[in-house]
Amino acid sequence: MNPAAIPTNPPVATPFFFYLLATVMIIGGILVITRKNAVHSAMALITTLLAQAALYLMLYAPFVAGVQIILYAGGIMVLFLFVIMLISIERTEKERQFNKQWLVGIAAAAALGGLFIAVYTTTTSGRTLFPEGKLSYAEGENTQRIAGLLFDRATGTYMFAFEIASLLLLVAIIGAVVMAKKRI
Amino acid sequence: MHAMLDISTLHYLVLGAALFLLGVIGVLTRRNVVIVLMSIELILNAVNLNLVAFSRYWQGIHGTGALHGQVFAIFIITDAAAEAAVGLGILIAFFRNKETVNVDEVNLLKW
Amino acid sequence: MHDVVQYIQSYLESNQTPGAAGNFFWATVYILLVFVGLSIAVIAMNWLERKILAHMQVRLGPMRVGPHGLLQPIADALKLLLKEDIIPAEADKVVFWVAPFIVVLAAFTVFVVVPFGPTHAITDMNIGILFMLGVSSLSVLGIVTAGWASNSHYPLIGALRSSAQMVSYEVAMGLAVVSVILMTSLNEASTGTLSMIGIVQAQQAQQQWFVFKFFPLGLIGFFIFAVAMVAETNRAPFDLPEAESELTAGFHTEYSGFRWSLFFLAEYSAMIAVSSIAVTLWLGGWLRPFPNALQGPTWDLVFSLIPGLTFLFLAGMAFYSTLRMPKHPLFRVQTIGLAGFGALLGVIGLILFIPGVRLRVQDIFWFSAKVAAFMYLYIWYRGTFPRYRFDQLMKVGWKVLLPTGLALLILTALVAMRGELLADVRGVWRP
Repeated sequence: MNPAAIPTNPPVATPFFFYLLATVMIIGGILVITRKNAVHSAMALITTLLAQAALYLMLYAPFVAGVQIILYAGGIMVLFLFVIMLISIERTEKERQFNKQWLVGIAAAAALGGLFIAVYTTTTSGRTLFPEGKLSYAEGENTQRIAGLLFDRATGTYMFAFEIASLLLLVAIIGAVVMAKKRI
Repeated sequence: MHAMLDISTLHYLVLGAALFLLGVIGVLTRRNVVIVLMSIELILNAVNLNLVAFSRYWQGIHGTGALHGQVFAIFIITDAAAEAAVGLGILIAFFRNKETVNVDEVNLLKW
Repeated sequence: MHDVVQYIQSYLESNQTPGAAGNFFWATVYILLVFVGLSIAVIAMNWLERKILAHMQVRLGPMRVGPHGLLQPIADALKLLLKEDIIPAEADKVVFWVAPFIVVLAAFTVFVVVPFGPTHAITDMNIGILFMLGVSSLSVLGIVTAGWASNSHYPLIGALRSSAQMVSYEVAMGLAVVSVILMTSLNEASTGTLSMIGIVQAQQAQQQWFVFKFFPLGLIGFFIFAVAMVAETNRAPFDLPEAESELTAGFHTEYSGFRWSLFFLAEYSAMIAVSSIAVTLWLGGWLRPFPNALQGPTWDLVFSLIPGLTFLFLAGMAFYSTLRMPKHPLFRVQTIGLAGFGALLGVIGLILFIPGVRLRVQDIFWFSAKVAAFMYLYIWYRGTFPRYRFDQLMKVGWKVLLPTGLALLILTALVAMRGELLADVRGVWRP
């Protein structure tokens, strides 16, 4: 539609922005699981989500980045903040923050982390997992191509899955209404 | 560009794994249901990051039409929205009955 | 040195936005221009709103500071900056400090993709309209956290109201926007676009503003958006989050001085942002009025002269009021200032007659004029409509706008695809 929108220049300073955004995301993630106050956790999570949207842009996925901002940061997190405000949290701040199985939890996470390290450091015949593929395309058509995969008659591989997802959302709406009603 | 400085798919995978672990730790150790739900969002986002990184890798091999990873990411975001709505609805119902938001006090099945 | 000049020139010869051309110098210049222009627009809106509201209520409005109160916004800004900065003792300090900045950042970031002309935008994104809706919806986070961090009842209620209201009206807004995106796909290749510039170019290619497309469907979509955007920006008659008769000032009750002025700035730039979405999507963006009925080189010339004539008219008004100023020595400085202001407007008007400038700037003029009409509408609403009750507000959002939006979307899709649908029906009936 608009060939002027397709950038011809390569992205600038990719490593710098990647490490910056990765640091923001990791710090945000740590804050999410350590803060006493749920609102502070939510703010940290919002920062993480926005940094992730920027990473999507760096991965040439502008549509997913837009959906991330509008749905996650603008929709789901507002829902979280709304609920946090409805329930009183003054008391929960003074209570014990971690449950009694935290040791088991840390151990499970450590085991999982070991698994990740083992997988990602394995080299088979001199090659590591997922070497960088050749990337020589622009982002101009991204949205149209995703729409093609979702809706098109010829190429729409995921049309049925899309319908199922809309059904899932309908069920979720009904479920949320039923849960939140005082008397059913 | 210097080879050491290039960002490869593996970089994104490591970042995704780190976020996933943070989410797992949050789910397994925290008591506050709201923060447990937020940790689940972290896990889902780690998965999304992986999928979009895979999508870019796949595009490098199969051409620009191979956006399956991004479509998966969109589906996961949809699921996350549904999960958050239902989860928070359950949380409000639970809070109304028991006046608490701690997971380990949800013990109705072991009177 | 030569390289630098060439780098700066490289953009002027291309027909792209600086963001798409990858020209950092011009991108920075554009960002500064947009920022300065927005600040001036907010200052002007502050003065205009008070004057217009006052005249609607048969009052005079600010008259003391400067001729006809022209310097009142500057005096207000000085007062706000010199005010004591109060943070409530029980407030959550960090969140209280961060919240106004979230709102301002969200309100200003949106202008990255606003197309003031085919090349007069900071950048053109493939996901332009999605980006605008997403980032402008982030301001609700700032409002909610501001209300919560104040740790006080009125702000909390205001924040709850505002989050419920903004999330509800975003849905109807999104449906209206999607119906426009369907309309952009009505070309030979049937490829729609989300890019802001692409949407205006689609209206140019189809020789029709989308507000008149598939009459009355485009008009209904525009109406839904026009209602939802007032609710999104928390303005009268949907200003329940800051209803002064019920909640003193709503979510920013505890804010004062500089932080309060940030909320003020964000509110007005958000109004400009949603107005520019409406202008881009339905009213043809930078395109001049009547491109079909009044076409040809003569009309092009006439319309390109209008920006300069407007400024000359404003200059004439300023000179006329200079003549009507009291002849007392106390008013001498004000009279000279007003005459200088008129001279400035006149010089701008004359510059706009230079052919090179005229052709490059008239897009910006038409865009700004359409947005200005929306800003006047906002003030008019505030002067006219009584405030809704909260349950009425929710009812309008969920029971009127949402079903209308859904029906509109389905109807637009059916009308847009009527050729293929008819072919399908024929295929079924007469195989």
